[in-house]
Amino acid sequence: MGNFTLNSITHHSSPSRSAFIGVHRRLRLLFELAFNVKADKSPGGFRYIGKKRRTKEDPRFVMGRGRFVADVALPGMKHVALVASPYPSARIVSIKTEAALRMPGVRYVLTGEEFCAATDSLAIGVDAPKVTRYALARDVVRYAGEWVAAVVADTRAIAEDAAELVEVDYAPTPHVNDPELAVKADNPLVHPAHGSNILFHRRFVWGPVEQAFAKAEHKLSLRAVWGRSSTVPIETFGVAAQWDPGLQILDIWASIQMPKFPDQTARALRLPGNAVRVHYDVDVGGSYGGKRGIKHTVLAGYLARRLGTPVRLIEDRLENMRGGDAHGPDRIFDMQVAFDRDGTIRALRIRALDDVGAYAGRAPLQLGKPVSAICGPYRVTAVEYEPTSVMTNKTPQEAVRGFGQSPTNFALERTMDHVARHLGMDRIELRRKNLLRKDEFPYRIPSGSTYDSGDYHTVLDKALKAADYPALVVERDKARRAGLLAGIGISTCLEPSGGNSAFEPLFNPKNDTTTWMDSCLVRVDLSGAITGVMGTSSAGQGHETLVSTVIGEILERDPADIRVVRADSLSALPSNSPVGSRMAIMLGGAAAGAARKIKEALIEIAAHNLGCTAESVEYQEGNVAVRGHPQKHMAWDELIAIAHRKYHRMPPGLEPGLQAKFVWEVPTGGALPTADGVIQIYPCYAFETHIVYVEIDPATAKPELRKYVCGHDCGVMINPDIVHGMTYGGIAHGIGAALYEKFAYTDDGQLASGTFMDYLIPSALEIPAITIVDHCTPSPLTTFGQKGSGEAGYLGAPAAVAGAINDALAPLGAGIETLPMAQDDLWHVIQGARSARD
Amino acid sequence: MSETLYAIAVDVNGTRRTARVPARLSLVDWLREELRLTGTHVGCEHGICGACSVMLDGEPVRSCLMYAVQADGHRVTTVEGLAHSDGSLSVLQDSFCQAHGLQCGYCTPGMLIAAQSLLDTTPRPTDEQIREAIGGNLCRCTGYQQIVDAVQHAAARLAAKT
Repeated sequence: MGNFTLNSITHHSSPSRSAFIGVHRRLRLLFELAFNVKADKSPGGFRYIGKKRRTKEDPRFVMGRGRFVADVALPGMKHVALVASPYPSARIVSIKTEAALRMPGVRYVLTGEEFCAATDSLAIGVDAPKVTRYALARDVVRYAGEWVAAVVADTRAIAEDAAELVEVDYAPTPHVNDPELAVKADNPLVHPAHGSNILFHRRFVWGPVEQAFAKAEHKLSLRAVWGRSSTVPIETFGVAAQWDPGLQILDIWASIQMPKFPDQTARALRLPGNAVRVHYDVDVGGSYGGKRGIKHTVLAGYLARRLGTPVRLIEDRLENMRGGDAHGPDRIFDMQVAFDRDGTIRALRIRALDDVGAYAGRAPLQLGKPVSAICGPYRVTAVEYEPTSVMTNKTPQEAVRGFGQSPTNFALERTMDHVARHLGMDRIELRRKNLLRKDEFPYRIPSGSTYDSGDYHTVLDKALKAADYPALVVERDKARRAGLLAGIGISTCLEPSGGNSAFEPLFNPKNDTTTWMDSCLVRVDLSGAITGVMGTSSAGQGHETLVSTVIGEILERDPADIRVVRADSLSALPSNSPVGSRMAIMLGGAAAGAARKIKEALIEIAAHNLGCTAESVEYQEGNVAVRGHPQKHMAWDELIAIAHRKYHRMPPGLEPGLQAKFVWEVPTGGALPTADGVIQIYPCYAFETHIVYVEIDPATAKPELRKYVCGHDCGVMINPDIVHGMTYGGIAHGIGAALYEKFAYTDDGQLASGTFMDYLIPSALEIPAITIVDHCTPSPLTTFGQKGSGEAGYLGAPAAVAGAINDALAPLGAGIETLPMAQDDLWHVIQGARSARD
Repeated sequence: MSETLYAIAVDVNGTRRTARVPARLSLVDWLREELRLTGTHVGCEHGICGACSVMLDGEPVRSCLMYAVQADGHRVTTVEGLAHSDGSLSVLQDSFCQAHGLQCGYCTPGMLIAAQSLLDTTPRPTDEQIREAIGGNLCRCTGYQQIVDAVQHAAARLAAKT
């Protein structure tokens, strides 16, 4: 990365980390004491969990009766279109709105001057207060596509027409596109007030890295580059906003997946938190991390209040791709590895330079989350990690599935393949040698996270068997003899799950966040019907199925009869939204906790009315009987009636009505990092191994994935169809990142791939049939032994595909370490290798 | 705004609908905004993603690339028209639920239109034929596997019926 100057913070880890030792054991014990959950742990002992069951959500979608934000029609609603900067860097000299305002049907044209004065800058994940960010530019623009003005009109068509009549006079200024230039002095500053393009930099040293490198028998280094792609859901981001002047409440409907969204909206609009009501009963048309339309929402909220009329802002595809501020990590890894001739990995040095674009929300923290699994599933006792977050004149970065973990996994796996090649060792044997063994868990990695459980070798073996690996090798070699380029890729990767936000204090000393709770409310009404209440929106993860299955499991009632609704943000219990692969653990744990309280109340009511102690009765399918005397029992309906109507039969001290909430803290959470940057980040670690076979047409360089197997262990699956679905989808997303998808920029700072003609999302013709092989190593930390799975597939697919492509190129003596490995790139590599040989 | 309006009459899901529309109104905007048939979705508005697929006289088309005036005199079937007349799910819709051939549900109406069009002409498709038929419909959630499974499931059920 060159010798740029910055205030680097170097800390060496201290030997004293006793605070972390056994932390999860204590928590597990506490949870078990509180809820007596041990009986739930057997993977096979469930009534509904883990069974093939239809989801709650699917029927409304196949009927075309989902309710997406673009389906929300408010009386008198106006529509917003945006004026975008054509320059990557420029001064705004003047904005003329008269012609647009003269157009019939146009209600308002808002510019940054008014908007920025009336609202506050959006929150930023690291300590960089001068890097302000608003929905509309004021004085300067910092990337091509940045919003300069918003036009409000009776229809979207009129708003778009009028947007073209807004005249903006720009004075272009120098821009910087290349992150390696941006970190150096004498290059244009994206935010001059910040004094540097570097948003965050730190060097962590965990364990005896220098000694390990000095002692190791071999060392190698490589550069691996993760290209700029993103989640790109088929539904763009949208928001509808309505200000009620009587109630003084701003109502928001949005296709959102974002922690602290209502709070941040209120803060930017200078409203009290209880003046913003986010409606979570909006179906989100895909997100995978990226739907964080906070700037859109603050803009729409401001306009709705300013104009006294509901407004709706739905991105069109170009706005989504360019001005939607939802690009993904764009990261250069410089890897160094120290290892012995038997393949034992001794130490890693990882430098990661991440280009977050022109503004920063939580994007720099995507370098922080991978600290959770910085050495992957391997036994590495010394790691140095030097993340640098840099700004350039590009579209800002937002969260992507895995929050930075997939790029890191890709770099780790490329390193493993290079070590194997260097030693002439089989790639699978190298992994087997370094993978943590089943008997080593719980295992604490040098950066402080304790991996909860795993059986990596078994999952790898199962996947190899399902792929019929020896036959695959034969097939590859046969294809090679027939003149094709053919390769096999292997990856073994982790999915940290149960997301908390422990990387926030790690990357920002002014942030002392240590909880990321989630919660659920369960009520049983007078008719005996059960309703679960959750406080967040969903984007296809099946949370209604999750909550109903878990409540049904605990209360032994059919989940098909349990309704799940979403409270709005003023009625809801606290939630940190479905990010960080957390909901199976966190919402599932909360739903279980609330359902157990209901169960306990029913047991108490029964015991009181049967004249015995709670310990002497047993609960079965909602009915309660005296143990050993089944004729002495009370039925569900009777117990419900007492709880709702017959206070005279209620045990003293028990609340009438049958409703319980449970707020759950992330297991193992609650601590701040040590001064040397040691911290338990996520609690649970799912494992996946990918085996992929690719053939490349030597004439056209077109790659074709001909076999794909994924071995996956996310502990107990609540609903296997949902877990498999997300895993298939994650693999497809990962194949896209590996081979097809790129937000490419021209040298003059223009986004060159703002449509689906240029940004290639793989179709059913590119994605092969995929075989998933399940394995179950329960987590000791969670209610039922579940781990997260929302990022599954995506966390290992790019690494495996990159391995396969490089295996295919190896006979040419060629290689490629930059994603995406697009057909055109492969063609150039192949041609280059051939001409070098000729 | 004084745009010229054109009278159209379209059979939408078996019901004759008439309207006066400007020339530039896309078919999807007419269906969604004026008829409030919001099951048909907008994904890219340039004909790639297939979320807006509807059947025009039984053939799948992109309703974002068609103007409403072009549908004049034709028969349009949207996702809302796939269910049986009593409101119960069609075999294909039910098979999507059985195989969990969807997640967020946004591409699903277009997928159903593409798959139904295939099954109408090819009752026992191969996996390759299914992938070809849905090849113009992008899904970001499923990796297509469970969609292929759902269509095969539907084909088998339909074959067992006849």
